[in-house]
Amino acid sequence: MATATDTRLFGKSIKRREDPRFITGRGNYTDDLKLPGMTYATFVRSPHAHAKIRKIDITRAKAHPGVVAIFTGKDLTGVNSLPCGWLLPELKVPPHPPLAVDTARYVGDPVAVVIAESQDAALDAAEKVKVDWEIRPAVTATAKAADKGAAQIHEVAPGNVAFKWQIGDAAAVDEAFKSAAVIVKKRIVNQRLVANAMEPRACVARFEPATGDLTLWVTSQNPHVHRLLMTAFVLGIPEHKVRVIAPDVGGGFGSKIFLYNEETVCSWATRQIKRPIRWTSTRREAFQTDAHGRDHVTEAELGLSGDGKILGLRVKTVANLGAYLSTFAPAVPTYLYGTLLNGVYEMGAIHCDVTGVFTTTTPVDAYRGAGRPEAAYLLERMIEAGATALKADVAEIRKKNFIPKFEHGYQTKVALTYDSGNYAAAFDKLLSMLDYRKVRSDQEAARKQGKLIGVGFSTYIEACSIAPSKVVGSLGAQAGLYESANVRVHPTGKVTVFTGSHSHGQGHETTFSQLVADHLSIPIDDVEIVHGDTGAIAFGMGTYGSRSASVGGTAIAMSIAKIKEKGKKIAAHLLEASPGDMEYVNGQFQVKGFPGKAVPFGQVALTAYVPHKYPEGLEPGLEETSFYDPSNFCFPFGAHACVVEVDRDTGHVKVLRYVAVDDVGTVINPMIVDGMVHGGIAQGVGQALWEGAVYEDGSGQLVTGTMMDYALPKADMLPMYETERTVTPTPVNPLGVKGAGETGTIAATPAVVNAVVDALRPLGVDHIETMPLTPERVWKIIQAAKAGR
Amino acid sequence: MKHSVKMTINGQTQSHEVEARLLLVHYIRETVGLTGTHVGCDTSQCGACTILMSGQAVKACTVFTVQADGAKITTIEGLAKNGELHPIQQGFWEKHGLQCGFCTPGMILAAHQLLERYPKPSEELIRHQLEGNLCRCTGYHNIVKAIQWASEHMAGAK
Repeated sequence: MATATDTRLFGKSIKRREDPRFITGRGNYTDDLKLPGMTYATFVRSPHAHAKIRKIDITRAKAHPGVVAIFTGKDLTGVNSLPCGWLLPELKVPPHPPLAVDTARYVGDPVAVVIAESQDAALDAAEKVKVDWEIRPAVTATAKAADKGAAQIHEVAPGNVAFKWQIGDAAAVDEAFKSAAVIVKKRIVNQRLVANAMEPRACVARFEPATGDLTLWVTSQNPHVHRLLMTAFVLGIPEHKVRVIAPDVGGGFGSKIFLYNEETVCSWATRQIKRPIRWTSTRREAFQTDAHGRDHVTEAELGLSGDGKILGLRVKTVANLGAYLSTFAPAVPTYLYGTLLNGVYEMGAIHCDVTGVFTTTTPVDAYRGAGRPEAAYLLERMIEAGATALKADVAEIRKKNFIPKFEHGYQTKVALTYDSGNYAAAFDKLLSMLDYRKVRSDQEAARKQGKLIGVGFSTYIEACSIAPSKVVGSLGAQAGLYESANVRVHPTGKVTVFTGSHSHGQGHETTFSQLVADHLSIPIDDVEIVHGDTGAIAFGMGTYGSRSASVGGTAIAMSIAKIKEKGKKIAAHLLEASPGDMEYVNGQFQVKGFPGKAVPFGQVALTAYVPHKYPEGLEPGLEETSFYDPSNFCFPFGAHACVVEVDRDTGHVKVLRYVAVDDVGTVINPMIVDGMVHGGIAQGVGQALWEGAVYEDGSGQLVTGTMMDYALPKADMLPMYETERTVTPTPVNPLGVKGAGETGTIAATPAVVNAVVDALRPLGVDHIETMPLTPERVWKIIQAAKAGR
Repeated sequence: MKHSVKMTINGQTQSHEVEARLLLVHYIRETVGLTGTHVGCDTSQCGACTILMSGQAVKACTVFTVQADGAKITTIEGLAKNGELHPIQQGFWEKHGLQCGFCTPGMILAAHQLLERYPKPSEELIRHQLEGNLCRCTGYHNIVKAIQWASEHMAGAK
């Protein structure tokens, strides 16, 4: 293992620099913060899925000892609707008040906030807020939300339809299907998930009357986006009077991207009471109010030729958006989903039709992978269904259809141009790690003994390094998706990097430092990474969509390049050489090819701040800022395999092996990439086997509302993972990095479900419509298969 | 009505007047001010609040402060001695057993009891013993490795 004194650190598994504070309990999370005069907020929430608010009586609550203030939706004057940041054509955008005014539309929809001297007093008083409800019918089932007779949720969205969207070529698919030897048709349900970052959402809002400044500490993946949305769209406070700090954040997985009701209300309320307010979500509130993920119901048809070539794919999806449009919700089941249906295959034709529907459920938005897992799951399930129909081997049929190796662009049938890929190589590596032939013969032997062993594959493509601003702007994004980096070289040659990316587990303090130490040939201990503070950092779009290394990292590299250019001028002047003759090698500026004629980095830094002998017309100081806007997405890819055993008496699925080959482009820190792949796999396996948010029909209650009811994967439910990589650098950015944060989540779910279907094949099972594959569900499938149903 | 409690936390005596309903985890975090012990759920599932109470790993969200009267408590802040990391802490660092760090204090203290009971645990035993602690980042692979690392190094130290 490399040590911290090395400067050639790019590509090395060095230990994380952020860990010492976490392993000693000295992390700095939002709920750890305590300010003088602090008050504590509790939200009164709707216990009903859909109900009109006739009246809210706060008399008794207000009299409760310790209560400072109580506000209801009607009190929030001058506060606008929470905005939607991605507008599709003809999208219906209903009002989304931070506190519901007339109607609550999901269990957990906040209707009032109680602020008190202590958390206990706030909780006690909240119990005394009396809401007179008029209960209306709930609408929870995705496939039935747009049915005639379903209760109308928003006036602006007749039939509960938020949008209709399509991509691809419908006529080409019709044509392709005419020559297909088989057309497999399957219904595929991608169930609703809850992100469940271990740290619940929290905020502390502090208004300083003397200056008019507002500071908001919030569990955010993108503090600048929080500030922009809150100031420009909701609260009307000047942006420069607001500072948003996202300190240590305990996981996000997408759920902490969005602007939520609670931080908006606290930011407004602190200006009214002129005292700081802290709010921390309980886990129950997290289940009810953190944006959920997935929730698609799809009818898919795949047409194949007799020899297994994919001729066409037709997809009709209904995507559940929940009760309101969360910040980036419309993008997830459209541009992050339909555009990925080409997978890693040469597809004859594709058409995808998506209807987004409102329901009386928690809003749905990006959850790790966001759209891409839904696309990969669908495609990989359909390919295996196609193989079954053709009685072909599931590995062979994939090999037959891979896009051949390419280095500079592949135009898909659904708008995207992939950057670089070598899909067959990753798959071949996977087969060899798995020892595929042996696994199949072992499976055969086990079957003879009556055991149900299954092998499942998945391949995937991911669009990450989000995203070229022009492209996403043309598709409806109300934001640019560049990233900023300021690299400040201090007079002593130490370096502080101010990045717009935000680390909430990704390890940027390590990987970005590796990048800087490597590019400047300086010790890593001379580098500090600052993130998560709008008061310190120029601007930033934050961390999601596996964009930090590729977009945020490239912005840092660009600033370092500018530092070097300026340094060359300073050093050339000191050496009485021409700047054009200078190069930067091993931590010094030298005349090309003459290491003896050189000025060390530290001396150039000092000269920049003590510019006595200095080039004419050059500004003092050594600090550069860059905004990097990528020219394209990056497209990591890979192939995963899973081996399972199904207990035929109980339906219990045991994961025997999990093998993964990922290609995330160039790797900065293999240990960190492996760690992210592991965690992603666990979440993907979780979706396949255990996780699922369930609403009760009729009442619209979230019945999986605690960790007792929603099955998060535990240590004894998962195996050790066998992970390897292939490396296909992206030509999109100079670092060659593609992105690694979501790969496992995308790949794992189809691999596991395919394995379970394969295990049950001797019983005549060739498809399972609905996840998770809990023992109960699998047992029922086995019983039905045995009964010949 | 308030109750007097007195206990030792990380070697320091603490005495306060508390409400009967005050949970030990909130006492540790809010009254004593040791924020390394985290709250990740409200149903005793996640284990982020795990501490050592008179030698036992317990979930501090499931103990009333008054029940801890007279107890000797170690939180994550008290595990390193004289600036030297405990082998379990070191193991989590060496083996990348954490990402966001939120579950880590509870994981480390659960592992502490695990290794006291079973100094040479198998992978299966480690996984089984950690069933009261949830991690959403690591997929547990490197947590298992971290505890194996600690097991090896603690054996060497004895």
